[in-house]
Amino acid sequence: MKILVVMEHSRGAWHRMSWETLAAAQALSADVEALVAGHETGELAQELARKRLSRVHAMESPLLAEYTADAFTATVAGAVERIRPDLVLFPHTYQSRDFAPKVATRLGRVLVSDVIRLRDDNGLVMTRQLFQGKLNADYRAAGPGPHFASLQAGVGRADAVEAGSAEIVTVRLDHGEPSRAVPHPPFRESSRAIDLTAAELIVSVGRGIKEKDNIGIVEDLARALGAELAASRPICDNGWLPMERQVGSSGQTVAPRVYLAAGISGAIQHLVGMKGSKTVIAINKDPDAPIFEIADYGIIGDLFEVVPALSAEVRKIKG
Amino acid sequence: MKILAAIKQVPARDTQLRVDTDARWIEEPDASEINEPDAYALEEALRLKEAHGGEVIALCAGPEAASQTIREALAKGADRAIHVEEDALHRFDVLGVARILAAAAAAEKPDLILTGLQSDDLGSGQTGVVMAELLGYAHATIIMQVEAQGSGIRVKRELEDGWFQHVDLPLPAVLTIQSGINRLRYATLMGIKKAKSKEVRKLTAAELGVPPAASVVLDRVYAPLRVKRTVMIEGPAAEQAARLAAILRDEVRVL
Ligand SMILES: Cc1cc2nc3c(=O)[nH]c(=O)nc-3n(C[C@H](O)[C@H](O)[C@H](O)COP(=O)(O)OP(=O)(O)OC[C@H]3O[C@@H](n4cnc5c(N)ncnc54)[C@H](O)[C@@H]3O)c2cc1C
Repeated sequence: MKILVVMEHSRGAWHRMSWETLAAAQALSADVEALVAGHETGELAQELARKRLSRVHAMESPLLAEYTADAFTATVAGAVERIRPDLVLFPHTYQSRDFAPKVATRLGRVLVSDVIRLRDDNGLVMTRQLFQGKLNADYRAAGPGPHFASLQAGVGRADAVEAGSAEIVTVRLDHGEPSRAVPHPPFRESSRAIDLTAAELIVSVGRGIKEKDNIGIVEDLARALGAELAASRPICDNGWLPMERQVGSSGQTVAPRVYLAAGISGAIQHLVGMKGSKTVIAINKDPDAPIFEIADYGIIGDLFEVVPALSAEVRKIKG
Repeated sequence: MKILAAIKQVPARDTQLRVDTDARWIEEPDASEINEPDAYALEEALRLKEAHGGEVIALCAGPEAASQTIREALAKGADRAIHVEEDALHRFDVLGVARILAAAAAAEKPDLILTGLQSDDLGSGQTGVVMAELLGYAHATIIMQVEAQGSGIRVKRELEDGWFQHVDLPLPAVLTIQSGINRLRYATLMGIKKAKSKEVRKLTAAELGVPPAASVVLDRVYAPLRVKRTVMIEGPAAEQAARLAAILRDEVRVL
């Protein structure tokens, strides 16, 4: 099986998930090629050439200096037609979300997105989550390739990428239409007033809290423990807590000694922001909530009963 | 501005999901609601119309039961709706569903198509992007702000790790909307009353010329295996709390 991995970088730095995707490809096949698209990709291509790959494709054009869906779609779709892989893999990043479906559609194919497991079992089987992680589904790619998939964080391990040596094929694209979208430089909203990354203890609240007025009970637990208060995205979307307290792929990435999640279901976008925590404690009324898959300690129960009781117990111990 | 809001009905967040007998999908859920990011897309469409004039059309593919979500969209202020009625939408793959929606949208020639960045059920996060490609429209994803600008629009894209980016786009365009872009409104009594007389056009996938084909086949739906052993603290709430506090003191050692 010939696999083409579409690597992602910005301003000369690799996106870490590209390496994870590459490692997953290497684990599946002896014939892996990698593609890097950009303006001056010389050094990036050199680095790839020191990995166990059959070939490195460096797609070069001034039109690729900044990411645009139009230019990247034309470039990658063109490359897939030339390289003819059986499987094209993308890391499931925000950038891939923006253009990988477009590449597949242009070639009349279907992208299987956000894949959490990839295996060969009389054909390619791709596992992805349904219902925000409550169920899993196995998808099978039918018929001849190229098949397309984007891989969630953690499918492969970045440090498992095998070394080797590969030839570099540089393609200079001198034609191509300018992008319809005109991107401006990326920016950050404001300097973060709250730095959760340094916190030793975090108490995090999710939609199970139901109303803004109820946040006080979780805040009180944080106070009792001497912990920082954090939240899942919907809490911040609703304006119940400031954005700066959001943990997850579009919030902060934290790794405290203890992360206590109350009324948080454990969607993948939340988990990627806290799964490095040393001890995870989950309080949730749903025994099937995905958060229990990564929790060290779990309480199945009503947070409105458990959390105030816990605050009281903590205060008892602390005296 | 003529704006199409593509919305989908999904099982309500707190309902119990039951895998169906052939493990290909789930049984009919007890309660359903609008897909959350789609609610934000609809709200953004209504706000753009209020600011710039025009029309908002709700577009929904789904079973008869999805008329609940369509009625709610009309009650919130959508001017009319198109319902592509399909009982077994899961027999279409991502491309098939996007083909259905694109075919229905093409006939309307909208300036803007707004949809949620992904659905709470399938979570593919592709429908808007695939529609844009099928229609030949420009697009942008994970949008947190939309402003009219000259003959086009300027949007704010969410990037990873707290970064953002403005992007200028010509019209027509497709935007996939991120939750939290605005504050959702509730339907008013007046709105609910008015909705009853608004037009809902019914179509089928077959009428739109899209057969139920899947090049990627959903083989099996199942409950995920627990990967890590969680120590479950049982008992009534007071006991659970006391035991957890003791664990925090004796095992995790943070008290
Ligand atoms: C591109 C993108 C980026 C995203 N970025 C982030 C991010 O950075 N951070 C983030 O958190 N999310 C993010 N999300 C959203 C994410 O997908 C989930 O929607 C979100 O994490 C869900 O939050 P939640 O767990 O609080 O809510 P829900 O999923 O609604 O879960 C609520 C939980 O509370 C439980 N519950 C209800 N009542 C009680 C009670 N009385 N007692 C105990 N438990 C109760 C329920 O059983 C349920 O498990 C992102 C999504 C996308 C698409």
